[in-house]
Amino acid sequence: MATLDHYLILSAILFCIGIFGLLTRRNAIGVLMSIELMFNSANINFIAFSKFITPEALTGQIFAVFVITVAAAEAAVGLAIVVLMYRNFDIVNVDNINFMKW
Amino acid sequence: MIEYSYIIAFLPLLSYLLIVFFFSKNNKVAHTVSITAILASFVLSVIVFFEVLANHGPHIFEYEWISMPGFELPLSLYIDPLAAVMLLVVTIVSSCVHIYSVGYMHGDPRYPRFFSFLSLFSFSMLGLVISGTFFGTFIFWELVGLTSYLLIGFWFEKKVAADAGKKAFVTTKIGDLGFLAGLLILSAAAGTFNYSEVYHLIENNQIPVIFITAAGILMFCGAIGKSAQFPLHVWLPDAMEGPTPVSALIHAATMVAAGVYLTARIMSIIVVSHSAAITIAYIGGITALLAASIGLVQNDIKRVLAYSTVSQLGYMILALGCGGYTAGTFHLMTHAFFKALLFLGAGSVIHAVHTNDIQFMGGLSKKMPITSKTFFIASLSIAGIFPLSGFWSKDEIFATILHEGHWFLLVLAVLVAGMTAFYMFRLCFLTFTGKPRDEHAYEHAHESPNTMTYPLIFLAILAVCAGWVGIPWLHHGYASFVYFHHPHHPEPNFALMIIGTIVALAGIYLAYLMYYKRAIDPVKMAERFKPVYTFLFNKWYFDELYMGTVIRFTYWFMEVLFRFDQVVIDGFVNFCGKFGLFNSRIWMTFDVYVVDGAVNGAGYITRWFAGGLRRIQSGAVQNYAFVIFLGVVLLILFRMM
Repeated sequence: MATLDHYLILSAILFCIGIFGLLTRRNAIGVLMSIELMFNSANINFIAFSKFITPEALTGQIFAVFVITVAAAEAAVGLAIVVLMYRNFDIVNVDNINFMKW
Repeated sequence: MIEYSYIIAFLPLLSYLLIVFFFSKNNKVAHTVSITAILASFVLSVIVFFEVLANHGPHIFEYEWISMPGFELPLSLYIDPLAAVMLLVVTIVSSCVHIYSVGYMHGDPRYPRFFSFLSLFSFSMLGLVISGTFFGTFIFWELVGLTSYLLIGFWFEKKVAADAGKKAFVTTKIGDLGFLAGLLILSAAAGTFNYSEVYHLIENNQIPVIFITAAGILMFCGAIGKSAQFPLHVWLPDAMEGPTPVSALIHAATMVAAGVYLTARIMSIIVVSHSAAITIAYIGGITALLAASIGLVQNDIKRVLAYSTVSQLGYMILALGCGGYTAGTFHLMTHAFFKALLFLGAGSVIHAVHTNDIQFMGGLSKKMPITSKTFFIASLSIAGIFPLSGFWSKDEIFATILHEGHWFLLVLAVLVAGMTAFYMFRLCFLTFTGKPRDEHAYEHAHESPNTMTYPLIFLAILAVCAGWVGIPWLHHGYASFVYFHHPHHPEPNFALMIIGTIVALAGIYLAYLMYYKRAIDPVKMAERFKPVYTFLFNKWYFDELYMGTVIRFTYWFMEVLFRFDQVVIDGFVNFCGKFGLFNSRIWMTFDVYVVDGAVNGAGYITRWFAGGLRRIQSGAVQNYAFVIFLGVVLLILFRMM
């Protein structure tokens, strides 16, 4: 029987993968996908806590829906940035875009 | 009209300004403006004269000028018979000189400037005449000095002319200093500058006599300078370097007349202070003799005339010193006409032969009939031959001296009259009669143009007739118009008239023998009296005396001051400079090492830190994200422990 711990461990693993991808992917698309992973791990946490701690209220689920919405908006903005980046620099590698210094 | 008589003075000023600002390039317009202004002044003067004739005045009009609490310095007009006569004389002579200058200055490169200066000169003198306060008189007095400087040095390319202007200015300035001191003493004692108030106070014995004497003598110093009296007479002969019309103006109507006019204006003082009167009379007498004796032997036509002016001015001053207000001013008037005529005649001669030296003239009467005739008339007048104007005024002066009982001065004055007659006719005979001594100059000689001869003729008429207003038998003559306190009716003194005439005729006859008939050889005479001749020829060595004393002292004093400047003042200044330099070196070191060190050090330290820190900011987003993540992890770990 799957308990809260299982969900939390799954979520933590997903989050770690997301963080890892965020910090190591060179491709901006990959970075965005990693961020989606982190959002989803957060969503799993919401749902898991909702199900095991307050099963009568649906707050966790509603929050998850909001997060998905925000994630969609974030993805749109992120992709727009990536498109502009490509147009301006002909490349979408984040480690090449390091002008914001000194 | 009389309350507007300041217009008489301001018309020439207007002309001066117009010429300077608008017509300084246009000869014709310049002389037209200038002559129009002075002729208009003349017409107004005539009107004023007749008004004063009807009502003697004095007419006083006051104008507010400087007004402060507790201090009032008004300017005023003071038109009395003397001022009215002077206005007339000045404008007549000045008009003649203006018209004459059209011919004389023809072709001069600074022609408009000459006319502007003439206008300014006339303005100064007319202002002096109508001024009703000592202070106003002083202002115009200085203006007269300035303009005479400008005109004497008009041909300033010639060093002698520039020097002569400077000499005139500086010499008269010595006298002016006395005038200033005198008028300050008088106004301090009287508390006012106004003529009328000062006269009133003096006549009511409200000013201590000691102040009056001091003020009188000091103010007379001004007259000594301006009227070229001994011992400040040295500038006038040198002033001959100016253009001849200017000499005529200076000698007849303006500059030198100013001194006599001032002396007449301080008559109240002279009357009260016996010592001042005696001083003035003797200075006049000495000057008359001194100048006449020098005039005997000079060879420059203008210089002879210059010395004759000095001598005649001596007469006027002598008369005024003896209390002869009427006699002195009467001679001033008659002298103005015949002396202007003499100078303009001399100018005409110089214009024709281009030399001033009478030794290179001779026989010019054939070539220049008008000039020679008018010159002879003027000479007869100045010599005092009946019935020309000089006779009447000179006789009036003798009568005044006799009346005062100064026998010594009377003998001296009569002697001077003889000398005057002699040197004037020496001049006439040498210039106009005999054989030409310089054929070349004679060939080129010609009568002057009409603009020059008409003024000569006009002045010749005045030189004959102007004295008739003062004939002693005349009941409403000059003496009942220009008088001090009470009109005095001079009684004709036949003895004096006869003595004067005889002396004058003797002088003329001697000149006739020596220079016309050649019965007495002038050269032999000069040989026989060589020491006297040399002494006179060198003008009593006054220039040398002043050169040796006053000027040498000034130079010596200058040298001392120069040394003082060099050693003490320069030394102090240099020491200050050196000290400042030394001081600044110390502070420079401090600045360089301490202040600059601190500032630069702050900069270095900041850069050193920044150099390390800037490496952290890589610009790569993932680095930042990693750091954030690390921070979060650390926080969590920290919380857990």
